[in-house]
Amino acid sequence: MSPNRNTPQFRHILGERTFTFADLADLMAKATPARSGDRLAGVAAETAEQRAVAQMTLADVPLPLFLEQPLVPYEDDEVTRLIIDEHDKAAFAPISHLTVGGFRDWLLSDLASPEVLKSIRAGVTPEMAAAVSKIMRNQDLILVAKKCHVRTAFRNTIGLPGHLSTRLQPNHPTDDLTGIAASMLDGLLYANGDAVIGINPATDNVQQATRLIKMMDEVIQHYEIPTQSCVLTHVTNTIECVEQGAPVDLVFQSIGGTQATNDSFGFNLATLAEAQDAALSLKRGTVGNNVMYFETGQGSALSANANHGLDQQTCEVRAYAVARKFNPLLVNTVVGFIGPEYLYDGKEITRAGLEDHFCGKLLGLPMGCDVCYTNHAQADQNDMDNLLTLLGVAGCTFIMGIPGSDDIMLNYQTTSFHDALYARRVLGLKPAPEFDAWLAKMEIFKNNEQFTLNSQLPSAFQSSLQRLLGGR
Amino acid sequence: MAQDTSPQQDAVTKNSWQKLKAFTDARVGLGRSGVSTPTQHLLAFQLAHAQAIDAVHTQLDAHQLAQQIMAQDWAPNCAPLFLHSRATDRATYLQRPDFGRRLDQASANRLDQHAQSVTTEYDLAIAVVDGLSSLAVEQNTLPFLAALFGYLSTENPLNQPAWSVAPICFVEQGRVAIGDDICERLNAKCVLVLIGERPGLSSPDSLGLYLTWGGKVGYTDAFRNCISNIRPAGLIYPEAARKAFYLLSEARTLKLSGVKLKDRSDDDLLEHDSQTTENFLIS
Repeated sequence: MSPNRNTPQFRHILGERTFTFADLADLMAKATPARSGDRLAGVAAETAEQRAVAQMTLADVPLPLFLEQPLVPYEDDEVTRLIIDEHDKAAFAPISHLTVGGFRDWLLSDLASPEVLKSIRAGVTPEMAAAVSKIMRNQDLILVAKKCHVRTAFRNTIGLPGHLSTRLQPNHPTDDLTGIAASMLDGLLYANGDAVIGINPATDNVQQATRLIKMMDEVIQHYEIPTQSCVLTHVTNTIECVEQGAPVDLVFQSIGGTQATNDSFGFNLATLAEAQDAALSLKRGTVGNNVMYFETGQGSALSANANHGLDQQTCEVRAYAVARKFNPLLVNTVVGFIGPEYLYDGKEITRAGLEDHFCGKLLGLPMGCDVCYTNHAQADQNDMDNLLTLLGVAGCTFIMGIPGSDDIMLNYQTTSFHDALYARRVLGLKPAPEFDAWLAKMEIFKNNEQFTLNSQLPSAFQSSLQRLLGGR
Repeated sequence: MAQDTSPQQDAVTKNSWQKLKAFTDARVGLGRSGVSTPTQHLLAFQLAHAQAIDAVHTQLDAHQLAQQIMAQDWAPNCAPLFLHSRATDRATYLQRPDFGRRLDQASANRLDQHAQSVTTEYDLAIAVVDGLSSLAVEQNTLPFLAALFGYLSTENPLNQPAWSVAPICFVEQGRVAIGDDICERLNAKCVLVLIGERPGLSSPDSLGLYLTWGGKVGYTDAFRNCISNIRPAGLIYPEAARKAFYLLSEARTLKLSGVKLKDRSDDDLLEHDSQTTENFLIS
C-alpha cells in the first residue's frame, strides 16, 4: 500500500508546529546525518531541527512497515524483489514487534548477543538496517558491529573476532609487472595481504586481466601464500577469463543498491550468479568457497542518476542485499573515494565508514573498508588514522594496504602497510590464522604476538631480490 | 647489543629492498620506526599532499595564461574568451558538480554575442578549464597546444585540410561537460576540453583532454573520448598531441566521438609480449 502522494504520510507535532514528511523515503532522507551527496540530490533535511524531528519520527516507525512499503517499487527493481522475496519471516519474528527506536535499544542491549544477532540476520532488510543506523551515534555503530561476527573462507579464514585482514593493493599506472611485484614484495614483507592480493588494472580488458591473474597465481603458488588473488575488472571480463582457463580465485564487481545503478555498471543479478558459478567450478578454495569480492560506496546510485529520490546511505545498504545473495569472501566500502560532492570532509567520511561497516555486519557481510580520501576532499591522514582506529575497535573485517598510503594508479590515499601494523599493535588484532602461520614460517614476523617484523630480509626472498637488483 | 651505532640508526630500520624504488613510483621500502613511517617519509608525504591541496585550491590566472598563449605565432588569430561556470566559488564547485557543468549567464551571453558576430563556421572549439588542478592547466596547456597546433595548421604533417579554430575559451570553476555548453553556443563541430585532473599525491599537475563531437548540454561521458595524465612525467606533449589529433581526425571522418570511436593510435605498439607474466618474484 503506497501512501497518497498529496497527503504527507508522517506528521510530528513539536509545540505549536507540525512537521510533515511525504513518505518513508522522504523521512529516511531527512533523518540522515548531514552529508554533501544528499544536499546535491536535494533530499537532505533543510534545517538541523528538521533532521532531529525526522529522527524522532523515524524512531516511531514499526519495522514491518519497511516490508509493506518498498522504497523502490517491487515491479521496477530487481534489488527490491531480491530484498522482499528473500526476506526470512522466521528470523524476523523476534524483532517484528519493534519500532526503529526500539530496534536500536534492542541491538545495544544484552539481549542481542552475537549468537542472537546471527540468528536474526536474514530477517533484517537493508532499509531496516539503514533506518536504525540513522538514529545511532558513532559509538552505537561501533558497539553493535563488534557483536556481529561474520566468518568467510577461501584459502584462509577471514573475520574471526580479534582479527583484522588486509588487501594488498599493488596497483601500477601502466600495469608494469616489475612495479607490481615491487609493491607486492613490500606488502608481504610488511605482513599485508591476507584478505586478498587485489589489483585495479590500468588497462581494463580480458587479456590484461588474465596476465595479472596468472602473475599473482604464480607468486602465491611459488611462496605457498595462504591467500587469494583478484583483478578488479568488470564481472563479464572475469567470466571470460575463467572460460579461457585463467586461474581465477575471486570474482570482483562494483555493485549498487538499485537495478538502474547496476544497469549503469553493466550487469544484473543473473550476471553475478553466472560469475559465481564460473568461479566455483574451478574449486580453487582450500578452506572455504566464498568466491566473490564486492565493492560499494555511498553516492554511486546518485552518480548514475539511479537513486530514486533516496538518500545515499539507504541506497548503499540496499547494495548489501545484492552482496549477501552471493556469499562474498569480502565486501569493501570504498568510503572516501567518490569525492567531496558526496562526502565533503573527514567528519562525513568517518560517519559514512562507520555506518557502512555496521549495516554490512548487521546484514551478515564480511565488511571491510577502504579508509580513504581524495585530494579535493577536506580530509587528511589524521582523519584516516581516526577512522582506521574506530573501525579496528568495531571489528572491521579488512582494510587496504598500499605502499606509503599513495595509490599511484587511482590517485587517492588509503591506508598503508604501516597503518595496518599500527592497528594490530594498538588493538592486538591478528591476521588470518593461516596467513599468520605463514608469516612466522617465512620469518617475516619475528614475533607474531607482538607484531614485530624481522629486521633482516627473510631468506626466501633473498634470491628474488638478487635476481632483480644484481650488483646494485 | 649494537652499542656502537647511533640512536638514530637504532630507531629507524631501513629496508634492504629499498632499491626497488628504482622500478616504481610507489612508496616502497620506506623503512620503519617500530612499525610506523619514519619521520623523513612522513614529512615528504605531507609535502606532497600539501602540493596537491594547493593545486585544487589555487585560482587559475586565466588572463596571464591567455596572454602567454596569444603571444605564440601558432595561436588563433582572434581574441580569447574568458568564461565562468555557475559555481561561484571553490567550495560550491566541489559540492555541486552540476553547477560546474554550465556557464553562468554573463558567460553564456558573451558566447552567444560572439557567435552572432561572426560568419565563420568553426571546426573546433578549445576550452581551457581549471578543473581540479590550476597547476596542471598553467604548466601544460601552452606546450601541449604548441604541439597540437602543429597538426591543425595548413602545413600539417599528414596533409589534411586545416582546422578552423574558434577563439580559445578560458573557463573558471568548470567541469568537463561545460565544453558541451561552449560547443553548442559557438556552433562548433567539436570541442576539445583541456582540464586539470584530480591531483594525485605524486602527480598534482596532470592535465586531461576530452573530445566531444557536436557537444550538446546533457551529453554523458559515453559521448566523449579522453586522454589522461598529460604532463612531463606522464604522457609527454608530442605523444598527447599525436593521440589528440588522431581522435580529432577520426571524429571528423566518422562525425562522432565517444565509445564508438576507439583509440587505435597505439595498436601497433600493443602486440608484443602482452601475455608474459615474468617478474623477479618468480624464477
